[in-house]
Parts: sequence; structure tokens; C-alpha cells
Amino acid sequence: MIVKDVLVILFMLGGFFLFFTATLGLLRLPDFFTRLHATGKGDTLAALWFLVALAVHHGFSLTSAKIVFIAVFLFLAQPTATHAISRAAFRCGVRPWTLERAVLLDEDTVEQGGEK
Amino acid sequence: MIQESDDVIVKAVARLLVPFIVVYALYVVMHGHYSPGGGFQGGVILAASFVLLGVSHGLEKTRRRMSEKAAMVLSSIGVLIYGGIGALCLILGGNYLDYAKLGKILRVTPAEARSLGILGVEIGVALAVMAVMCTVFFAIFTAEESPEDYRSLE
Repeated sequence: MIVKDVLVILFMLGGFFLFFTATLGLLRLPDFFTRLHATGKGDTLAALWFLVALAVHHGFSLTSAKIVFIAVFLFLAQPTATHAISRAAFRCGVRPWTLERAVLLDEDTVEQGGEK
Repeated sequence: MIQESDDVIVKAVARLLVPFIVVYALYVVMHGHYSPGGGFQGGVILAASFVLLGVSHGLEKTRRRMSEKAAMVLSSIGVLIYGGIGALCLILGGNYLDYAKLGKILRVTPAEARSLGILGVEIGVALAVMAVMCTVFFAIFTAEESPEDYRSLE
């Protein structure tokens, strides 16, 4: 029983860590693609670890089998959705962030006297 | 008008997911009596499989599986199943949707007749919701094909 609880806690801590880093990336990274990269990867694996923790907590039953199914389809669908969104954004003309462009944009805002 | 996607990843994953979405929708419909779910939710999930097919493989391939005409006919059939079961209960001497009276036709106990009657109504609702959702999807994404209808409205 103790071993199972420790496993569940470890999986959940891993999920919390990944959710935290994904949200940090969403808030701190500079443009659309990098933010999508952070949330797309981080949220997928975090949700997977939470689902694994729930399945372990529930033991060997039909419910945990359903949870495993949810995890499998989440793992299929979420990266595909991220891929499709980023592809659509690139085709619609969203330019990726680069250091050179960031410096140029910074100089523009400084010359115009505007805020960043 | 949605063209067929040229992205092999999206197309492959959509092809893989659509059958499982349909099975899950049937599961939601069948378990509507005693767990979360039911006809409306199952019908929406069924329609979502067609929407996924439409956005990944284009509207032409989706129309081959579910044309606008078939969607209208199916929605009418769904409403007919719902209203028909209700009216059948009226004819058999009960209230509208009083499923226990269906036991006389199905030759089962009133409790089983209630369960089967609810299942029949759920299937009718699922068909109607699925067909109407598909009609809405087609109507939104083929709007530019018939601009004269919209110009006359302005």
C-alpha cells in the first residue's frame, strides 16, 4: 500500500513539475511557436503522468483500463493538434521569433519612444 | 469549402482516430441510462467524427459518407423514432413516453420495457443530433459556394 502511494505521489509530482514548466514557458517565451512548443510537449506529458497516477491509484480494474485508453488517445491527438495549429499559423504568415528580428523590433520601439 | 489536407500526419491520425470516436459515441449512447452521457452527447461525438473527417480529408470525401440530403433524412428519422416511441405508448394506453406499456408489444416485463424504451429514444435523439450537427457543419463550410442566396438577403 505504501509503495503504491509513493508511486502515485511521484507520478503526480512529475505531472505538477511538467505543468509548471509548460505554464512558465507559455508566460515567458517570446512568440507563438515557442509558446506552442512549451505547452504542446509539457501539457501532453503532464496529463499522461497524471492519468498514469490515477490508474495506479485505482489498481487493476476496468476503470484504469479506460484511463489507459484516454492516455493513449491523448498522446495521439494532442501532438497532432499542436502540429496542425503551428502549420496553419506558419502558412497564415506568423513569422518565427529570431534574435536578429527581436533586436530590430527593440530598436524600432526605442526610436519611436514607445514601450516594449 | 475545405480542401483535402496535404499534411500526411494529420490525415493518418484522423484516419486512425475516427473509428474509435464512433465506437466511443456508441458507448456513450448505450450507457445513457445509468452513467453520464446519453443521446445528445453521443450524437455530438458522432458528428465530431464527421467534422474531423471533413477538416482532414476535405468535404468531398465527407460528402461521400454523409451527404446533405442523407443528413436531412437521418435527422427526420431520428425525430420519427423519438416521437414514434412516445406515440406508441399513447396508443397502447399510457402517457406520452410511458415506456412500461411497450412491454405488451415486446413481451418483456415493464421494468425491461422501460430500459429498452429509453434506449430507443436515446438512439433516435443521437441520430437527430448527429444529422443536424453535420448539416450545420456543411452549411457553415459551404457558405461561399452559394453566394447568390446570401446576396439576396442583404
